[in-house]
Amino acid sequence: MSGNSQLLSDTLAAAKAQDRGALIAYLPAGFPTVDGGIAAVKAVFEGGADIVEVGLPHSDPVLDGPVIQTADDIALRGGVKIADVLRTVREAYEATGRPVLVMTYWNPVDRYGVERFTAELAEAGGAGCILPDLPVQESALWREHAGRHGLATVFVVAPSSRDERLAKITAAGSGFVYAASLMGVTGTRTSVGLEARTLVERTRTTTELPVCVGLGVSTAEHAAEVAGFADGVIVGSAFVKRMLDAPDEAAGLVAVRELAGELAEGVRKR
Amino acid sequence: MSSEFFIPDPEGRIPSAEGYFGAFGGKFIPEALVAAVDEVAVEYEKAKADPAFAAELNGLLADYTGRPSPLTEVGRFAERAGGARVFLKREDLNHTGSHKINNVLGQALLTRRMGKTRVIAETGAGQHGVATATACALFGLECTIYMGEIDTQRQALNVARMRMLGAEVVPVTSGSRTLKDAINEAFRDWVANVDRTHYLFGTVAGPHPFPAMVRDFHRVIGVEARRQILERAGRLPDAAVACVGGGSNAIGLFHAFIPDADVRLVGCEPAGHGIASGEHAATLSAGEPGILHGSRSYVLQDEEGQITEPYSISAGLDYPGIGPEHAYLKDSGRGEYRAVTDDDAMEALLLLSRTEGIIPAIESAHALAGALEVGRELGEDGLIVVNLSGRGDKDMDTAARYFGLYEGEGTK
Repeated sequence: MSGNSQLLSDTLAAAKAQDRGALIAYLPAGFPTVDGGIAAVKAVFEGGADIVEVGLPHSDPVLDGPVIQTADDIALRGGVKIADVLRTVREAYEATGRPVLVMTYWNPVDRYGVERFTAELAEAGGAGCILPDLPVQESALWREHAGRHGLATVFVVAPSSRDERLAKITAAGSGFVYAASLMGVTGTRTSVGLEARTLVERTRTTTELPVCVGLGVSTAEHAAEVAGFADGVIVGSAFVKRMLDAPDEAAGLVAVRELAGELAEGVRKR
Repeated sequence: MSSEFFIPDPEGRIPSAEGYFGAFGGKFIPEALVAAVDEVAVEYEKAKADPAFAAELNGLLADYTGRPSPLTEVGRFAERAGGARVFLKREDLNHTGSHKINNVLGQALLTRRMGKTRVIAETGAGQHGVATATACALFGLECTIYMGEIDTQRQALNVARMRMLGAEVVPVTSGSRTLKDAINEAFRDWVANVDRTHYLFGTVAGPHPFPAMVRDFHRVIGVEARRQILERAGRLPDAAVACVGGGSNAIGLFHAFIPDADVRLVGCEPAGHGIASGEHAATLSAGEPGILHGSRSYVLQDEEGQITEPYSISAGLDYPGIGPEHAYLKDSGRGEYRAVTDDDAMEALLLLSRTEGIIPAIESAHALAGALEVGRELGEDGLIVVNLSGRGDKDMDTAARYFGLYEGEGTK
């Protein structure tokens, strides 16, 4: 079975046709439990997310702030395996028919085997992968396998990326471009800086791919602001924090569904 | 006597332009760090070609660090090494008490060249942290040191030294709360503050150009040792022995001997409670190729690529990765790596203290234990150079508890 990279592109195009930003949510698999994580992904889809990135937890999440570190830690202590991540993708996709990506670090994929991982992710109905510590110049093998299995490869660009490098990255990527709104790790911020708008503009000069903005976006106001200049808004830590702060899993599911609803309104207020 | 102490690899064949030593190395970093890491690489190449950079660094290494470091023959210690002659390369006598200062001074000069005003670093045993805090005091740079919480406890003296020197020491409470986690936290800081901050990486791991650059700054260890042993013993050693955590002191000693095919290069990894116990940090002996902290090398990991928590009595060796050039030396057969348990290292620490009046760092004691084994293998005609990479003052609390040296305790 081929992966759902086309569904990802179609979903982003549909949002654009509706003159709104797409809402992309991130949640780690296995958090708070494997089944709880699957329920959370379904809940954010119900709340209004267009696309979900499922995190494959890693022991050394160098690019994540304390909120996602805590969730990864809970998932790994609970014994989450790559098979559980794939099951999360499968059940979320089968229940909703919407695009589900995996976001993780390179070592788990490298260790599992690139061919095995891409084949199994495609078979589970996955749409693609975001591998923020796999730079474009090391990505040829990954892209060959991902492309063959119909999976998008979403690269991250940063405010520090120079123009010639932006062009190289966007030429290699597919699905969309993940523009990091600021220099830093994941986590909620009180505002989304001007840097994000500038980066999106610079990125657009190099590619026709949709450009979605992540890092630090947590409220409907942020979402509306970002949707004003980007094709999509990526929210991670704010969802995870709602789950962490909830007294129990059921309350957590209500909370993330609510947040997805608020953010979905935000991306429609551009 | 030569006053040239900054002696980068004259061959320049490896790593490749992409930072590969054979199959190992590379640059696995987030996009946000690409510009900064590239800037370090470009600035280092410029500095290498700039006689003024070499002159200033050579001056510091002579007048501030105290280079060259002596080569000391340890005859009473060697009685336990099968009769082989054993010489210690005394990096413990450098200012700040370890080899770490060689690299730190080089990168501190580079920080100034790049116009950055803040330095961050990770530290395990605290030796790299102390050296970094020292250089920052000397150059007037703001300094933040990340250190695993477990290590801040077992190396409390070095925490006090760093704070005395004006550095901020941040105890890291994530993961295994040791060196690996300190590096994670330093990377997180770097991503957020890269405009004005240099990450003064302390070992020959990390993304290109760190493995090659840090090696070049430590290359002086082996260049001096090679010259000194030829003067003193009239021939090259049969073996050059060093402890291996991330691998900086070992590559520093080994590198000048690589072309000397008859000199065995022996790296001693921490076997902790024994490799079979699972409580160890013997990355080359028990790890598999993978990516950690920006490069491909051997890594202690499970079958799904999660990094496993290492263990060693030595904070400086308690790391689940290893510099990529060591992985290359291992796979090419040029280097040999063996594992030394906590107990064997502590026995060697006590032996050197009692026979020679030199208290080594627990890290370096792993090399001493390895040298005793290699000496017995070589027999009476053997000649060994050991890198005594650091002094043991910082380890007195750990050693006193291990041997029962505090009041009211019997000697173990």
